[in-house]
Amino acid sequence: MCGIVGLFLKDKSLEPQLGAMLSDMLVIMTDRGPDSAGIAIYGSPSKGRAKITVQSADPKQDFAGLDALLKPVDSSVSVELKSTHAVIETNADKASAVRDLLSQERPGIRVMGSGDSVEIYKEVGLPKDVVSRFGIRAMGGTHGIGHTRMATESAVTTLGAHPFSTGADQCLVHNGSLSNHNNLRRELVREGMTFETQNDSEVAAAYLTAEMAKGKDLGQALTSALDDLDGFFTFVVGTKSGFGVVRDPIACKPAVMAETDQYIAFGSEYRALVNLPGIEDARVWEPEPATVYFWDHEKAA
Amino acid sequence: MDLSVKRESLDTMRVFDLAKMPLRDLNSALHAIAPGANDTNFEVVNPRGSHAVAVGIDQPVTVEVRGSVGYYCAGMNDGGAVTVHGSAGPGVAENMMSGTVVIEGDASQYAGATGRGGLLVIKGNAASRCGISMKGIDIVVQGNIGHMSAFMGQSGHLVVLGNAGDALGDSLYEAKLFVRGEVKSLGADCIEKELRPEHIEKLAELLEKAGITDVKPQEFKRYGSARTLYNFNIDNADAY
Repeated sequence: MCGIVGLFLKDKSLEPQLGAMLSDMLVIMTDRGPDSAGIAIYGSPSKGRAKITVQSADPKQDFAGLDALLKPVDSSVSVELKSTHAVIETNADKASAVRDLLSQERPGIRVMGSGDSVEIYKEVGLPKDVVSRFGIRAMGGTHGIGHTRMATESAVTTLGAHPFSTGADQCLVHNGSLSNHNNLRRELVREGMTFETQNDSEVAAAYLTAEMAKGKDLGQALTSALDDLDGFFTFVVGTKSGFGVVRDPIACKPAVMAETDQYIAFGSEYRALVNLPGIEDARVWEPEPATVYFWDHEKAA
Repeated sequence: MDLSVKRESLDTMRVFDLAKMPLRDLNSALHAIAPGANDTNFEVVNPRGSHAVAVGIDQPVTVEVRGSVGYYCAGMNDGGAVTVHGSAGPGVAENMMSGTVVIEGDASQYAGATGRGGLLVIKGNAASRCGISMKGIDIVVQGNIGHMSAFMGQSGHLVVLGNAGDALGDSLYEAKLFVRGEVKSLGADCIEKELRPEHIEKLAELLEKAGITDVKPQEFKRYGSARTLYNFNIDNADAY
């Protein structure tokens, strides 16, 4: 199974509540998958700054003195510790130097995601525990996606949890299972992509990143995915300003969407949407098989 | 058939608020009805997408569900009249035996799957696999249906006022399919067939039962099995 949720806000006055709304949606989906949970939140980017969300299995040791370690590379760096994760904010032009130093000096640290605006939190455990451990409810943002996992294709670990991020400000959650992920992974490795896990969903994320690197927008990359990915999938995908949904042509994996003047919402089930404001009068529909849906804050503006 | 709620039955309606009580209270009460009982009118409020609402009914009760439901609503219904004043998730009225289930909104995938009898009316659209493996149920969809509908349908009738998606009636047995709009594609061994007087008569009966008055039976096309997959054909041995 697996439960996935997504929320793309149109009404700026809801932005401070994004974390709380998305947390509620995800917690309701707990019985679709109790193995691990994760959320990606897109906050407002600040000009010239970059965010790197990192994780460690041994945060006490890996995060000790992180601030002091990184200051010589970028004196403006700030580190916010959140349980097993930390969000490092740097000047955008220093971000890769900061990452290089991290991998050299703190090899136990894994990068969960990076970019101008995304923060990604994921851990083994129930959604309610994961969202409270990282204080997700207090977070604001423009859009976000979440996942609660019932593992089938790879181990139950933090790195095997969703969302998967394989490019700046990109992330993906997946309900389903891919059957050609090993082949596709080999092809993507040849093209220069790197992988952290044996997970099929990470391959889907990397595939979209590779397609977008060739100049496609999110909608075009999702359209190519319909030709190149084999298996069952309902994907919800986030980019810096965009939000996309696609289902495979068989469309066994459930999906419900709702749209009002205030938001576009996605849930594996209608239950995930029932607490959203104005849901009674929302346009509610089931996304069509093999059909790409995507929205973009920048294109809408 | 008049599907609206009668005033006198409203007076004795038993109301179950799923925001305040567990689903099992509702389903246990439905299962506890003895044959011949007269307190058979139920109302369900705040279903909020709950799964398995009003499953396993085996007495002629009426259930009015005020809102949208999740998986398997009215599954295995045997004689009840269930109306969902909202939309239904996957598997609504799955394996219905008899009775009536009406969905005022849309239905998700495999509505009426494996149903053996009774009438399922969907006033909006139905998603993929509507009526999959149907075995005697009658299904009337006022909107469109998705792909692979009536797959391996054995008997019963599927009536669609709108359009049908890809692979309608794939590997069909003797279920009869009637579509008023476009069929995107027919599945293996499903063909268009002549609409004969007995089919027009059956369609008129089903439309009337579903409360549809502004559509004529003659507006439909009939689809059924070409019956070429019924028996193993030695010429196809290479395909296995």
